[in-house]
Amino acid sequence: MQNPYLPIPVRIDKATIETEDRNLKTFKFVYVNPEDEEKFQYKAGQFGELSVTGKGEIPIGIASSPTEKGYVMFTVNRVGLVSTALHNMREGDIMGIRGPLGNWYPWERMEGKNIVIIGGGFAFTTLRSSIVMLLDPANRSKFGDIHVVYGARSPGMLLYRDELAQWEARDDINMHITVDGTDDPDWKYNVGFVPTITEQKAPKGDDDTFAIVCGPPIMIKFTQPVLEKLGYKHDHIIMSLENRMKCGIGMCGRCNIGKEFVCKDGPVFTLEELNTIPKEY
Amino acid sequence: MRVIKIDKKDWESGVGKLFGDYSLFGPVKQGAFHNFAPLEKGQMPDLDYVNTRLSPKSVVYPQCETMFEYTLDETQPDHHVNKEIAKDYSPRAVLGIRPCDVKAIDLVNINFDNPQYQDPWWVQRRDALTTVALGCNNPCATCFCTTAGTGPFDDSCADVLLADMGDHYLAKVRTEKGEALVGKAGWSQDAAGEAGAMDDLAKQAESKISSKIETGKLASKVTTELYDADFWEDVAFSCINCGTCTYLCPTCWCFDIQDEVQGKDGCRMRNWDTCMSGLFTLHGTGHNPRPNKTARVRQRFMHKLKYYVDKYGDGIGCVGCGRCVQQCPVNIDIRRVCELMNRFEPGKECA
Repeated sequence: MQNPYLPIPVRIDKATIETEDRNLKTFKFVYVNPEDEEKFQYKAGQFGELSVTGKGEIPIGIASSPTEKGYVMFTVNRVGLVSTALHNMREGDIMGIRGPLGNWYPWERMEGKNIVIIGGGFAFTTLRSSIVMLLDPANRSKFGDIHVVYGARSPGMLLYRDELAQWEARDDINMHITVDGTDDPDWKYNVGFVPTITEQKAPKGDDDTFAIVCGPPIMIKFTQPVLEKLGYKHDHIIMSLENRMKCGIGMCGRCNIGKEFVCKDGPVFTLEELNTIPKEY
Repeated sequence: MRVIKIDKKDWESGVGKLFGDYSLFGPVKQGAFHNFAPLEKGQMPDLDYVNTRLSPKSVVYPQCETMFEYTLDETQPDHHVNKEIAKDYSPRAVLGIRPCDVKAIDLVNINFDNPQYQDPWWVQRRDALTTVALGCNNPCATCFCTTAGTGPFDDSCADVLLADMGDHYLAKVRTEKGEALVGKAGWSQDAAGEAGAMDDLAKQAESKISSKIETGKLASKVTTELYDADFWEDVAFSCINCGTCTYLCPTCWCFDIQDEVQGKDGCRMRNWDTCMSGLFTLHGTGHNPRPNKTARVRQRFMHKLKYYVDKYGDGIGCVGCGRCVQQCPVNIDIRRVCELMNRFEPGKECA
């Protein structure tokens, strides 16, 4: 019998500090047994449980794209027992991953449509996965216009800065990078909170345009009315949630919001779905 | 299904024969209470009980169990890799379990064995389990099983259902597992003619249950309105979040996963958990989506009486065993909460 709790052994191939506060690190894992890659076939928006023996497991969104083969990547905020232990691990160390878990952004439904990706802070990981997937030559023609509004407190707190610059230079994606504030005189992008920039830059909502929103609660709270004003219907606003998790497969019982488990029935919900369940997240 | 008769003088010898083929569990008196425990060879289940303090869920779902083991010793080739361990899935049987508690195992099964994921430990232990239930001739004042989807002689779940007829038991043998067990015990006396007497006893027992709940309107309530109802503060007012209700409940299945290390050896464990604890939902950032006891009490009742109802469309997530009613230290009563929920009309609150 397949044991859904058993992690797949992986090796830390590379660990990169992402932000100036050194609290966000990206880990690139390679499979100890190459055949395990077959078991970890994921879609953009799913997550995995990172397993550190002796410490425990944490649920983290997958930051790499399904189009990137041979490895899987996660960006981890240092916040608790497991994430701190993980930050202290070295390249070459062995650990485990479990997944892929949860649902994904509804790519099937969004095919042929315009997509506005709105992210804030370190909740940009599965959005990176999405952007890389969308820009893959095999996928780009399947979707309409792509806009990205991404903000962080300061330039040094933005994730994946090299890639952001590369995407800025392309003409098949409209990047709207912003920071809450900066004293950098050479900053050439936006200054302002994500909801404000969304209001200025995002396209109008219609049947052919979807918004994917992922960020801290305060950003989500103020972005929602902006999207409504722009004409986005609630079933065209896609959100990804987080809750404390253990099992990741809908059994341990702690991450539910109403009758939905964030780990198994989510983490991706439309705003229309979220309107019908208690806001316990 | 067939009905057989077991003379009480043949009961002990029959149970004795089962020890070779099964690990046996049954009610035993521990201090002032009965609980289900493994029976030593030759030990008889003490069937002179009404309800055990804890539910028998630990027979298939232990309070603590090791999931994996690993070594942190880097000189070992497989260091830091979780490994499965051998577990005992040999046949086991629980004797004298109440029909409501068997029903609860079936109910919890929906969580651990579903099309997408199967919990290997639960599934294999449940597959290995034969249930010999004992109908309740004299239910407790706190039992409300007949309005919670089961009953004192519910014969829909157990492999064998016994009825105590005084000098003998009548047994409904429902399944192949049940047939195998009664065969090994040497109980075979046909009693098809007495099936009616067993049904009469069942009816008598059902009529003794005076405690009832109404659940018919739960499914039609709007979740968010019920969640925002005014009565939750009142319901939770006396709660001390001790978690007693969740540990003794036969349908509470939540668990925690923890790593334990001694020297270079480690294991990953799972332990029963409780939604009454603030830690249950505490985020790493310090944010807690259920930050107070009212939110946690509401979660427990909403889960059993609304979320479960809506998610599975198969009644409530409660079998009416009454343990939480009996043992809550501050007398919170699920029957009363169910009443509040079932008759709730937004804007017309008057408890």
